[in-house]
Amino acid sequence: MSVRLAEYRHGIRAGLGFGAAAGVVGLSFGVVAQPVMGSVAPIVMSVFVFAGSAQFGATAVLAAGGDAVTAIATGAMLNARFLAMGVAAAPALRGGPLRRALEGQAVVDASWALAARGDRGFDREALLGATLPQYPAWVLGTVVGVLLGGTIGNPADFGLDAIFPAFFLALLAAELDRPLVIPVVVLAGAIALAFTPILPAGLPVLLASTTALLGLWRR
Amino acid sequence: MTAVWVTIAGLVVITAAIKAAGPVLVGGRQLPHGAVGVIGLLAPALLTALILTETFASGKDLVVDARAAGLACAAIALALRAPMLVVVLVAAVGAAAVRAIT
Repeated sequence: MSVRLAEYRHGIRAGLGFGAAAGVVGLSFGVVAQPVMGSVAPIVMSVFVFAGSAQFGATAVLAAGGDAVTAIATGAMLNARFLAMGVAAAPALRGGPLRRALEGQAVVDASWALAARGDRGFDREALLGATLPQYPAWVLGTVVGVLLGGTIGNPADFGLDAIFPAFFLALLAAELDRPLVIPVVVLAGAIALAFTPILPAGLPVLLASTTALLGLWRR
Repeated sequence: MTAVWVTIAGLVVITAAIKAAGPVLVGGRQLPHGAVGVIGLLAPALLTALILTETFASGKDLVVDARAAGLACAAIALALRAPMLVVVLVAAVGAAAVRAIT
């Protein structure tokens, strides 16, 4: 058992840092969502959806007076990247279809980026270990955000909206020395910015992911 | 209020399905060699797009605001080899500071 625990230790250790960030972002979600959907719904959402960008996106649609179908579609588009991430993780996961489906729920941006080892495959234990601290942090952060609600004012005043991009930048920085990464970054960035004014939120990100096809050119 | 609960129910089902699709459909099969190369580049592509849209998009408009200052602070912290938590906090402080001034 201790040997098996050791396999997860690397992921859990990284996940504690991710969890601190997830807690702060979860808090800002609670603060933003509480006036839109009351006190219970944001917490239920964080417990069962557990996907930050989709939760923020859907809440923004509802806050602007959009209907449920538009809110769901927005969230689904923001989540579409998990489809590609799940395909990448698939060979490393274990067991039958049900267990694989459950392990696939652990795919969140930070854990996936930590566990995706490029040519050296995918690290299942890093994925599961890194998500373990993030889930309770995300839910707890949401609860605190809902409780604090209006008392702390606009979370943007504390720069909380700058946290996710900074977090992703730190993950990206660790990838830059691999072959072909620089051209992919340049192309993906250009596509994401070029299509933001044209396509609904979420789709520019998905479209930018096609730049990974440069990987076919190698060798 | 109904719209809120319908939205939550819909997102629960769709998110779980999206995350389960790859693992269930691909299963334990090893991916072909070309696919491995492509998948290795997915993370930098997705991360770049997420960084830029979450920093510069405001709805469908592209704007430069305090979030960009936060990102710049994060980049400096990274160049100085600061740990992850410091990078994230520096970004928040930078964005908050610029927002307080402007």
